[in-house]
Amino acid sequence: MVVRFAGDSGDGVQILGSEFAKSSALNGHDLITFPDFPAEIRAPVGTTFGVSAYQIQFGGPLVLTHGDEVDVLIAFNPAALKTNLHSLRLGGLLIIDEGAYTPRNYKKAGYEGDPLEDEELAKYQLLKIDITARTHEAVDAMGASKKQGDRAKNFWALGLVYWMFGRDRQETIDWIKTKFAKIEEVAAANTGALNAGHAYGETMEIGADLAAKPQQAALPNGTYRAITGIDAMSLGLAAAATCSGMKLAYCSYPITPATGLLHGLAKFQAKGVITFQAEDEIAAVAAAIGASFGGALGITGSSGPGIALKAEAMGLAVGAELPLIVVNVQRAGPSTGLPTKAEQADLLMAMYGRHGEAPCAILAPATPAECFQVMLDAADIALTYMTPVIVLADGYIANAAEPWQIPDVDSLPDLKPKFHTDPEGFHPFLRDEKTLARAWAIPGTPGMQHRIGGIERGANNGHISYEPENHQQMTNFRAEKIAGIANDRPAITPDLGPSSGKLAIVGWGSTYGAIHGAVNELNKDGKDVAHIHVRQMSPLPRGFEELLRSYDHILVPEMNMGQLVKLIRAEYLIDAKGLNQVTGKPFKVGKIKQTALDMLEN
Amino acid sequence: MNQQLTAKDFTTDQEIRWCPGCGDYAIVNAVRKTLAQIGTSPSDVAFVSGIGCAARFPYYIDSYGFHTVHGRAPAVASGLKLANPELDVWVVGGDGDFLSIGGNHLLHALRRNIDLNLLLLNNAIYGLTKGQYSPTSPPGTRSPSTPAGSVDRPANAVQFALGAGARFIARSADTLPNHLPEVLTRAHAHKGASLVEILQNCIVYNDGVWGGMADKTTTQELSIRVVHGEPMVFGKESDKGLVIDFESGNVSIIHEADGPVAERATVYNETSWVMANAVARMEGEDMPTAIGVIYCDPVEDYITSLRKKIPFKVMNKDDLKDLLYAGGTWTRDEQSDPE
Repeated sequence: MVVRFAGDSGDGVQILGSEFAKSSALNGHDLITFPDFPAEIRAPVGTTFGVSAYQIQFGGPLVLTHGDEVDVLIAFNPAALKTNLHSLRLGGLLIIDEGAYTPRNYKKAGYEGDPLEDEELAKYQLLKIDITARTHEAVDAMGASKKQGDRAKNFWALGLVYWMFGRDRQETIDWIKTKFAKIEEVAAANTGALNAGHAYGETMEIGADLAAKPQQAALPNGTYRAITGIDAMSLGLAAAATCSGMKLAYCSYPITPATGLLHGLAKFQAKGVITFQAEDEIAAVAAAIGASFGGALGITGSSGPGIALKAEAMGLAVGAELPLIVVNVQRAGPSTGLPTKAEQADLLMAMYGRHGEAPCAILAPATPAECFQVMLDAADIALTYMTPVIVLADGYIANAAEPWQIPDVDSLPDLKPKFHTDPEGFHPFLRDEKTLARAWAIPGTPGMQHRIGGIERGANNGHISYEPENHQQMTNFRAEKIAGIANDRPAITPDLGPSSGKLAIVGWGSTYGAIHGAVNELNKDGKDVAHIHVRQMSPLPRGFEELLRSYDHILVPEMNMGQLVKLIRAEYLIDAKGLNQVTGKPFKVGKIKQTALDMLEN
Repeated sequence: MNQQLTAKDFTTDQEIRWCPGCGDYAIVNAVRKTLAQIGTSPSDVAFVSGIGCAARFPYYIDSYGFHTVHGRAPAVASGLKLANPELDVWVVGGDGDFLSIGGNHLLHALRRNIDLNLLLLNNAIYGLTKGQYSPTSPPGTRSPSTPAGSVDRPANAVQFALGAGARFIARSADTLPNHLPEVLTRAHAHKGASLVEILQNCIVYNDGVWGGMADKTTTQELSIRVVHGEPMVFGKESDKGLVIDFESGNVSIIHEADGPVAERATVYNETSWVMANAVARMEGEDMPTAIGVIYCDPVEDYITSLRKKIPFKVMNKDDLKDLLYAGGTWTRDEQSDPE
């Protein structure tokens, strides 16, 4: 079941969507959400560029994407209808707020005439309700102001969909109470609107036939919560602090869509997380590197343009061989690009975007829930190998939500670093024979004073060295150290489908759901297709080349113009084909499936 | 440390790579001497620098050292202090490092008031890149990048710091081996960001940049040591004084011949932002350069303020568990499988 809410930026669509998602999870459904909002905070009311939407697919046994097509579309105004109607499947349910469909509003949305008169709408089940008026009827009697009444219509709509899908309202009523604890009349108006919407649905028996459809999730036993990628990253970093027994210093500068990480971690300050809002992106990464030099786990996060600014300092962390995590919540570029839209076009920047030979480890979570474990892995690699680790998420993974099985705290890995405290024979570039990590002595340790920096160091004494052979040797060490990470990490296996055959669809990052969904359908149709998902972009995972060679064809769908496909071709001389899309929107299952079918035929 | 430390305890085995006759030698000696007097163990001291001649400093001080990237040392040091607040952190940069490429970071380190000792080694030239003019070079500076003479007006480090909201600002020079440690000791004692501008000669690209004030024979006539609570008197014979006109903010010289200067000169108050501004910007051939603690008006430092709001601790498993289970959770087990 796919539901999409669309309205003005100020209509509270995102709150409506996330409350509905929470309720879906609590009702035992698997789900994926897709908040789809503009960069403008409050664009002029009623315009198409001010439309904010929230899509959710829920049900079971397994939900992999937010859905190619929408079953129920709730369009709060003509602009929302104009920009979202194409997503509704033929015969789907369209609910509109009749009160907002005035000539003034439909002209603002760019309609010539009344869109509700358009024959086009005959293809759908149209349900016209004057949500604005019904909300006012419910809350005006409670003494709510006009503004409060206008603002409560998202809760009225939420009440209606709760009725349609047989949901309990209590969780949301409790949430409203906490959220608006300081403004009681707003809490009362929102609760009143929620109840009124529910009662309206019940009285009018709206969508009664829909309620039975969605299935329960086939998830393993355990305790769950709904989580967005950005929240999973925050919790993963909090877990990394606990598991390492270290101070965590998250140093960042606000930028869409990475800011959520700063907000999320700032909420944990009282529990032992240091957050530092730096004066700019460069200061943010520099402060994180300073924190790591001081013996904390330094982390910075940003999105594309901010990461570009951090490049020089990341090179310092490579040369000084300090642990550092750099989270890049990718967004569409170049330059400001599309700040709120997702793209995966920073892979090659992460690989090669520093001057000199400056290899880093790079990880990429495939789903929102995976972000938790990826952060633990990033901390593990950073501390074990004394290296920067880049985590490539994107705006889709960051904002989308899905159920997440909460791990047992006692089963989390031990990440305690081994600080060097023995002055005997010490220099800062003594290396561990196995990992090639350098010895880490932190300031304040008696007798271990030393100096590190961006100038090349002597491999044998840690002092500045301009020796030609030494630079070659140190460059080799840095490269071998990163390459060696693959040996300690799991070999790659297909996520779905046969481990050899005609076609492998290879993805990374947030394309997971769409590829998995497509391969699932292809397998059901008896097609010999596998899904391989890369989560370790640098070093590429153990066994990757052999696995790729066991298929006749390789298809690499990416939300860029062909970056992983370029790596595969360059590294292995394998004739992989790209499927590329940079619309700011996630792939649809259907597009990947069709491309695969075309490849199988030829 | 039970034992009295000496400058030698802060000296590394690294051969100094500055040009012979560089002002940096005197500064590194003054810093070593100061550190020994302060008496903090070398292992509890850290030096952070950016890029430039001055940024080689950490290699010559036996402490924890980090030679970072151009301009970013104040930001790196801020992170270091956040992670490790007990460390005694010193940041060293030149006029290019601190006022040009890293001006933004100096601004914010000062206004945040993180407890850092920031040493700005000002020789008004880019030395390491072979002599281009710098943001503190006077107009008309001829350099490889300004063959016709520079036209832009220089930045005044002390006024910059006052504008940024710094609470401790001092000035000294490489040629003042006794004065410099006094100022450095005060800077270290100040809890919060302390900026010390050290006027320094570049023997290769900008010899004699600070003119007569840096010359032993004329320094007493061309510099004034401002001292809190004392009248602003200078000259070898203490025969000159300074009077601040608080309306215009201008400073003028008075002479003993016109009456006793010690009685007529303005009494310096280092907590006065107005006086600090007035003496920082004295210009003109006869006007002396103000040295000493120009401004000191402490307020609570960043980390102390932060600690009052947020305890600095390592997150334990119970804390983590609280976070993981926050928000709506539900439990699924096989027996209760629906439908």
